[in-house]
Amino acid sequence: MNALTLEGVNIAYGHTQVVHDVSFSVASGESFALVGESGSGKSTVLKAIAALATGWSGSIEVAGKPRSREHDKAFARQCQMVFQDPYGSLHPRKTIDTILAEPLQVHGLGNRNTRILDMLNAVGLDKRYRFRFPHQLSGGQRQRVAIARALMLEPSIMLLDEPTSALDVSVQAEILNLLKRLRAEQNLTYLMVSHNLPVVGFMCERMAVMQQGRIVEICDTAALRTGEFTSGYTQELYAASGGAG
Amino acid sequence: MNRLQQWLTDESPETRWQANLGRSWRLLRMLMKNPLALLGSLIIIGLILVAAFAPWIAPQSPIGQDLGNRLLPPSSEHFMGTDELGRDIFSRVIHGSRITLLIVALVAIISAPLGLLIGAVSGYFGGWIDKLLMGITDVFLSMPKLILALAFVAALGPGIENAIIAIAITAWPVYARIARAETLTFRQSEFIAATQMLGASNTRIIVRHVLPLCTSSMIVRMTLDMAGIILTAAGLGFLGLGAQPPLPEWGAMISRGRTFILDQWWVATMPGIAIIVVSLGFCFLGDGLRDVLDPRNEGQR
Repeated sequence: MNALTLEGVNIAYGHTQVVHDVSFSVASGESFALVGESGSGKSTVLKAIAALATGWSGSIEVAGKPRSREHDKAFARQCQMVFQDPYGSLHPRKTIDTILAEPLQVHGLGNRNTRILDMLNAVGLDKRYRFRFPHQLSGGQRQRVAIARALMLEPSIMLLDEPTSALDVSVQAEILNLLKRLRAEQNLTYLMVSHNLPVVGFMCERMAVMQQGRIVEICDTAALRTGEFTSGYTQELYAASGGAG
Repeated sequence: MNRLQQWLTDESPETRWQANLGRSWRLLRMLMKNPLALLGSLIIIGLILVAAFAPWIAPQSPIGQDLGNRLLPPSSEHFMGTDELGRDIFSRVIHGSRITLLIVALVAIISAPLGLLIGAVSGYFGGWIDKLLMGITDVFLSMPKLILALAFVAALGPGIENAIIAIAITAWPVYARIARAETLTFRQSEFIAATQMLGASNTRIIVRHVLPLCTSSMIVRMTLDMAGIILTAAGLGFLGLGAQPPLPEWGAMISRGRTFILDQWWVATMPGIAIIVVSLGFCFLGDGLRDVLDPRNEGQR
């Protein structure tokens, strides 16, 4: 079964249509990337799936169920998102403990203490960080907290919106390794947005290349090693990123 | 003592409340480093203590008349002199602190949460809810505070409770505006989106995530407004629409002293000084709080 299926999706902000006729599907357990330059609409697709952009038409199915335009609890248990900016995605006045307890409280899940400690352990954060405030953590640690929060509800699908682009290079590698390990451990499906082809080559099996709101090519990331692309735009993108995956 | 300090400033607190106490401790330390804020807090603490122990501090009854000793100048027996009915002004000023504190506290308790909630709801939902709520707010804002309070007191009847209600009704729109502006700055931020994605209800997001971020600017604004509230209350008292005689309200006392201001200056001056000192105290404290709670200082802690 497909974890995610998009068919003929158009997305508009107000009267400006930014995504045109996007169709792709992500198999369960697969890691799929949306690639493209800034403004190509890749993040907008993610936002439409997450109900953060509501002006879409077409069909979006998550785990076989049509996606509504509202946030709902059942969807929250299935699909969570990690945002680009770890400085903006954590509430500045709440401790890490409160941030991680939030999803458990919303869904009325018990056993919070053990769950939080297990999750801190899973994302590689020492438990002495538990009662710190976000401003007392580094960017990489914050992103680990954001990943932990997303995983608290044990979703099967993760939407990753450039999860490492705000971090410096050495930390990027740690976070990518963490995401890769978590996916293997928990059999997660990833839909990842990135403009960084090496990251995509490392993390994902397939990718869709977007340009000006349209998908120009869907291919295996194995092509990043050989450079065999059918669309001219992908060739350009590949050449611009140094030509090597 | 040293150990307690170490426990409070621990970089990796072990429990939730240690983390929160630690944060309050850091705020308090920063506040105490600011001399004006320190002076302000001392004045306010003094006001609270005086109000709490008024019957023990005041040498005489605030309403006991002694017509043989009318309009005596300040002396060792009457620190601040006596008024036209021979009452000890010092005792009246001491007891008046209770009324002032009551007015300030009740107005703050009524108007701040009301304004905060209206502003946060307005900024969070936007659209027609925002237009409606801000329309109402603008109507209230467009009228001069004292005149509007006067109108309410005139409609409700004079008295201290009605003065409090009237001042509260005129005070909330400013808080609503601030809370809305503050909410708009982080309405689109990712931590709100992340909480929405967890399936949290709008009520939960507003109460648990939006309001806590509005409160610091609200506290600052409220403290700075306290001086205005005291002056409005005194103004209402002066016009005879606030506290009624024989209650020793400072504004009403000034009003009574107006008749004798040329010959017996102390009757109007003494409660006036009390108003100035307390207003200044709140202003200093508010300025200090602004320096400490300003979000731009957040990173330096």
